[in-house]
Amino acid sequence: MSLIHKTAAELGRLVASREASAVEVTQAHLDRIAEVDSKVSAFLHVDAERALEQARTVDERIANGDRLGPLAGVPIAHKDIFTTDDMPTTAGSKILEGWRPPYDATVTRRLREAGLIILGKTNLDEFAMGSSTENSAYGPSHNPWDLSRIPGGSSGGSSAAVASFQAPLSTGTDTGGSIRQPAAVTGIVGMKPTYGGSSRYGLIAFASSLDTPGPFARNVLDAALLQEAFSGHDEFDSTSIDAPVPPVVEAARQGDVAGLRIGVVKEFGGEGYQPGVLARFHETVDLLESLGAKVVEVSCPTFGYALPAYYLIAPSECSSNLARFDAMRYGLRVGDDGTRSAEEVMALTRAAGFGPEVKRRIMLGTYALSSGYYDAYYGQAQKVRTLISRDFEAAFHQVDVLISPTTPTTAFPIGERADDPMAMYLADLCTIPSNLAGNAAISVPCGLADEDGLPVGLQIMAPVLGDDRCYRVGAAVEKAFTDRWGGPLLSKAPAL
Amino acid sequence: MPYDEALERFEPVLGLETHVELGTVSKMFCGCSTTFGAPPNTHVCPICLALPGSLPVANVKAIESTIRIGLALNCSIAEWCRFARKNYFYPDMPKNYQISQYDEPLCTDGYLDVQVEGKTVRVEIERVHLEEDTGKSTHVGGATGRIQGADYSIVDYNRAGIPLVEIVTKPVEGTDRLAPEVAKAYVTELRELLRSLGVSDVRMEEGSLRCDVNVSLMPRGSSTWGTRTETKNVNSLRSVERSVRGEIERQAAILADGGRIIQETRHFHEDTGATTSGRSKEEAQDYRYFPEPDLVPIAPDPAWVATLKAELPELPSVRRARIQEEWGVSDLDMAAMHNAGAIGLVEATVAAGAPAADARKWWMGELARRANESGTALADLPITPGDVAKVTELVASGALNDKLARQVLEGVLAGEGTPEAVVEKRGLRIVNDEGELSAIIDQVLAGNADAADKVRSGKIAAVGALVGGVMKASRGKADAGRARELILEKLGVEG
Amino acid sequence: MSAITRDEVAHLARLSRLALDEGELDHFAAQLDQIVGAVARVAEVAAGDIPPSSHALPLTNVFRPDEVRPCLTPQQALSGAPAVEDDRFRVPRILGEEA
Ligand SMILES: [Mg+2]
Ligand SMILES: [Zn+2]
Repeated sequence: MSLIHKTAAELGRLVASREASAVEVTQAHLDRIAEVDSKVSAFLHVDAERALEQARTVDERIANGDRLGPLAGVPIAHKDIFTTDDMPTTAGSKILEGWRPPYDATVTRRLREAGLIILGKTNLDEFAMGSSTENSAYGPSHNPWDLSRIPGGSSGGSSAAVASFQAPLSTGTDTGGSIRQPAAVTGIVGMKPTYGGSSRYGLIAFASSLDTPGPFARNVLDAALLQEAFSGHDEFDSTSIDAPVPPVVEAARQGDVAGLRIGVVKEFGGEGYQPGVLARFHETVDLLESLGAKVVEVSCPTFGYALPAYYLIAPSECSSNLARFDAMRYGLRVGDDGTRSAEEVMALTRAAGFGPEVKRRIMLGTYALSSGYYDAYYGQAQKVRTLISRDFEAAFHQVDVLISPTTPTTAFPIGERADDPMAMYLADLCTIPSNLAGNAAISVPCGLADEDGLPVGLQIMAPVLGDDRCYRVGAAVEKAFTDRWGGPLLSKAPAL
Repeated sequence: MPYDEALERFEPVLGLETHVELGTVSKMFCGCSTTFGAPPNTHVCPICLALPGSLPVANVKAIESTIRIGLALNCSIAEWCRFARKNYFYPDMPKNYQISQYDEPLCTDGYLDVQVEGKTVRVEIERVHLEEDTGKSTHVGGATGRIQGADYSIVDYNRAGIPLVEIVTKPVEGTDRLAPEVAKAYVTELRELLRSLGVSDVRMEEGSLRCDVNVSLMPRGSSTWGTRTETKNVNSLRSVERSVRGEIERQAAILADGGRIIQETRHFHEDTGATTSGRSKEEAQDYRYFPEPDLVPIAPDPAWVATLKAELPELPSVRRARIQEEWGVSDLDMAAMHNAGAIGLVEATVAAGAPAADARKWWMGELARRANESGTALADLPITPGDVAKVTELVASGALNDKLARQVLEGVLAGEGTPEAVVEKRGLRIVNDEGELSAIIDQVLAGNADAADKVRSGKIAAVGALVGGVMKASRGKADAGRARELILEKLGVEG
Repeated sequence: MSAITRDEVAHLARLSRLALDEGELDHFAAQLDQIVGAVARVAEVAAGDIPPSSHALPLTNVFRPDEVRPCLTPQQALSGAPAVEDDRFRVPRILGEEA
């Protein structure tokens, strides 16, 4: 098997045992990028030289007998929303084109400390606002299963990179489903850790109370290893939880659901869901029962209001978070002809530098926070948020995890929903509640939809700091399906 | 309109918002230094420059200082409160929102008592909250260097993110014609309080204490407040007083003319004492406040608050009351000392060994007069409490009388050295040598035979003229009491 | 009845510092009206005395000690600036005084 098809855990082992060098592993992935990324467009920026230099350092350290982590020497694709002091960081926006941050995000720093080799920065919906990467100022990424379809979003470059074997691992951020949804539609694993479990420092903010960095991988164990590598308490993030990282790697290795109580969210399924998605989901429910889990139906009555609450809270926070892009200190400046005022230059720059979805959300958030509307919109949405947390609490009294389809449909064609924001927003219907409540949730592949042959994801939701449960159930599902399918789901993907 | 006339027709309502830069070593939400006067953009980091991705973490010392200020102002301390974002675009403000507090301030409902013309005025405090300072722009081009007419601006963010405590009074009514004095006394007292807490260096000239003064007028007999204006940029105690007086006169003239006051921000100009109109607030600002999601709520531990309260230093008003009691001074004298900034000086002089009454006499008499003449503050005179204590000691020992003592003080102020050195150089010691004194007396008696006769004939009051003659002949260095005794003795009269 | 008018969108654009042209205003007015109409559904939830959640998790009292940390160099600080003069960020003329 070629190096690019190996798991991250295996690559880490090969590098540590010096059966393969980090340079070889990195070069193999750089070659793959050169071969396929013109079709996939997963990366906004690739720095081969820098990657090889880091790989050489890892090899030297291993030769010197340094004990590095399990992912040392393993390449990774990094979402271009994390700052990197050696590569441009754009957040998928024209307004930051060419910006080189003078500092590393905490996640970036920890990747480096763990010896991971950052190949480059991946494409995303501008400022992580979207579910398709079509909102990137640098053009869409493509789904490796069908290049005419979206790879999900906002972390679509990261999902596409992993699904097309350009990297065994990638980072993402999940504000309303931006890791789980792209993972689901590209047939890989994507985890949204507990809010506060991974640091937001250096993650360019979309919605501060929701944004959560998390891992992508082609299998559950690799995702757990990556989460463990970059998460944990960070004194630079006030909302970071000062507690040990849940035992995610152990849980991913364990992969056992016997005796576990699993709740099927009653509100997610039925009308608006693609039949092939529902078929795979119900099959998975049966599978879990056959593995010894106790599956029950659980009602979460306010989950139906999660989407509207989210589309008030997230835009409100983003309208404020994105105010700093004003042409004064960094980034694009438009219209400064010596006669215009700062105010005019700000408005011209922001109009030229932000895409339509970002403008829409900024104005929507500005509206929701305005005096006279605050209570009815933002205030009420925050109350709904409380009720959603209470629904989760009640549910987790009855069951250990909740499950649902990750997305109502499989990957849709590029362009299909581009000018229909409401249709686009539906992609995150099932993922949003966990962002509002801050609990952990993962998406793992559960098969291909009959009608289009495209991947379907299973979402597993666990309580706050119950990240290990996501991995435990995910690993059990993965193992059973891999046996049933005779290999990983991605082995069914067409060659690029 | 002249002030007196304005006051006849209208009653002023005051409000004061004071911003105080805290004296923490690092900024409110990042580790950058707060040292004043550093080269531009050397005290900045991703956080205070609002680089994409950066996040704030609150400085615990700033929280503590705010709670201490609240406690000293008799406020209630919130059991749970949050920071909020105040959203508006401005190039000085890197995030284009200010992290501040909105409807959940750390401290609420306190008061500060101030003395004006021997009367206690209670200024009620609405809130004390914590926020962050902005950067500083310099306006380039145009004629004035002011913002209007400038070609462009250049911005230094060293100040951005320095912790700022905002202290807001409730509307102060009933001050009547004393409104300017109350405003000044409030800021003076507040400054002293903050200094005693050690939370800020409270230098108005460096901008570490800044005042916004709100004034509105209501017609006599009415109880409906008028439209208020907010005068910013008031950067000295004298200006606080002047700006209130000026704004009362300005508003009264407009109202008397049948005009109406526009709710607006006005800017005070130190040079002219006038205010000019700033941004009109009529196009309502919508700050879109919402809870700051990047910072978690503050829930001060009651035990911590109790400790902070127990460890508050003696507050200036309490200290003054204690001192007044100890020194046995009248309210009026105490107020005079307070206004002259003499209390600390007198206290230090007493600590250096002088009796309180003497220390007070010199500082509030001769030295106050000199300070007044030279237009300096008492504390800025080039003389120490130790010097003054030495002078009182020399007087008590009989080495100096008051007149000589004044000359000694003059010498010290003129930079001639310590009191002892001045006495030495100027030869100011009282004549204690009996022989020398006797000779001077003989000389005076010989030259004033009439007066001498009067005394001999029993008109003892006439001895005054003879003593005066002796003092004159000795150029003030004679001990007047001893001279009187000797004169009477020589004239054979029982004193 | 539309929830958001074109004038309102123009006001929001001004508040948000977005110089939108006429065509954009029309386009966004229609879209925002549709979105606001949809999200207004949150009002259907009876949440009268429910406390609002501003944060995902109930953490409190996260502070840092009052300690100085290294700053950026002026070169680093100014590295992304569109215009620089005298180690300061050069910005177009500012119209009003700060709030
Ligand atoms: Mg303020
Ligand atoms: Zn800083």
